[in-house]
Amino acid sequence: MPYSVVPRMWGGLTTPAELRTIADVAEKYQVPTVKMTGGARIDLLGIRKEDLPKVWADLGAAGMVSGHAYGKSIRTVKTCVGAEHCRFGTQRSMAMGVKLERMLFGMGAPHKVKLAVSGCPRNCAEAGIKDIGVIGVDSGYELYVAGNGGIKTEVAQFLCKVKSDEEVMEYSGAFLQLYREEGYYLERTCHYVARVGLDHVKAAVVNDPLKRKELYERLMFALQDYEDPWQAAVAKPAVRREYEIIKIKELTAEVMP
Amino acid sequence: MSGWIKVCALDEIAPQGSRVVASSQGDIALFRTADDRVFGLHDKCPHKGGPLSQGIVHGDTVTCPLHGFKIGLKDGEAVAPDKGCARRFEVKLDGGAVWLQLT
Repeated sequence: MPYSVVPRMWGGLTTPAELRTIADVAEKYQVPTVKMTGGARIDLLGIRKEDLPKVWADLGAAGMVSGHAYGKSIRTVKTCVGAEHCRFGTQRSMAMGVKLERMLFGMGAPHKVKLAVSGCPRNCAEAGIKDIGVIGVDSGYELYVAGNGGIKTEVAQFLCKVKSDEEVMEYSGAFLQLYREEGYYLERTCHYVARVGLDHVKAAVVNDPLKRKELYERLMFALQDYEDPWQAAVAKPAVRREYEIIKIKELTAEVMP
Repeated sequence: MSGWIKVCALDEIAPQGSRVVASSQGDIALFRTADDRVFGLHDKCPHKGGPLSQGIVHGDTVTCPLHGFKIGLKDGEAVAPDKGCARRFEVKLDGGAVWLQLT
């Protein structure tokens, strides 16, 4: 039964060296399917279990880490090209998205969490259906929460407007920490906010600067020293061994008389 | 007592974990419970062939990762209301090693 490996691609951005590594790994381990994901990264599908620690080691050697592709955790931060390359962009959405994804790397949550940053209200990053959607406007960013692209599509609700990248990070971190502390396991942010009400979220995250800062700092504390699970598995022989199939040479194995 | 083959040391199987043995009779999942008992089942769920070795071991049962069938480690039988049976293999501990009977 094969596995899939999805290395993280921060904000959906990559480099020739990363692509070369992914291609080399796909060839070396004869990966049958190489696919772009909805989260703007590359999925290597059909990997044999015995090859997993080797795939992780090869990707890790090139500086790539786990994409947490199936986790009850942060998944991706999608971005549009934004002000750097688009004539309509009012904010540098790629840079903002990368900052958010790096900040949230390793974050566990009651369920999956997906973000996006669009550089203008045309919203090419589809921020309107995300757990947190960030939309660049002339004087800063609009923050939307509790969207969902899934089984029942939900449009994210407007939370507030902020001016700076740092505020986007503090408000996003505070909202996610509130969700982590109060959400039930398997409740998406849309279910959580439907249950507690957007006003409850605003009271903690928007209207109370002290509580917002405390929530943000609790999240930062929880995320410090996070260890990439691929590197952790590769480094421990007892863990690596669990992926190895035991092959018995029945004619020459030690037998009980 | 014929047909017993030494497979591995007990501590090569994680507690509440399993290792897969590739044999002439197909893949065999060796399970180790939390209290260090060992069992062997064909690594194929009776439901739709899922890899029992990748399931969660709890008590004397493993839950198939594909659709959640609970399979008894002692007898290979699915837990009611599910129906089906995974083939059992005789496995025992002797001298800290795990032995498998292949006849």
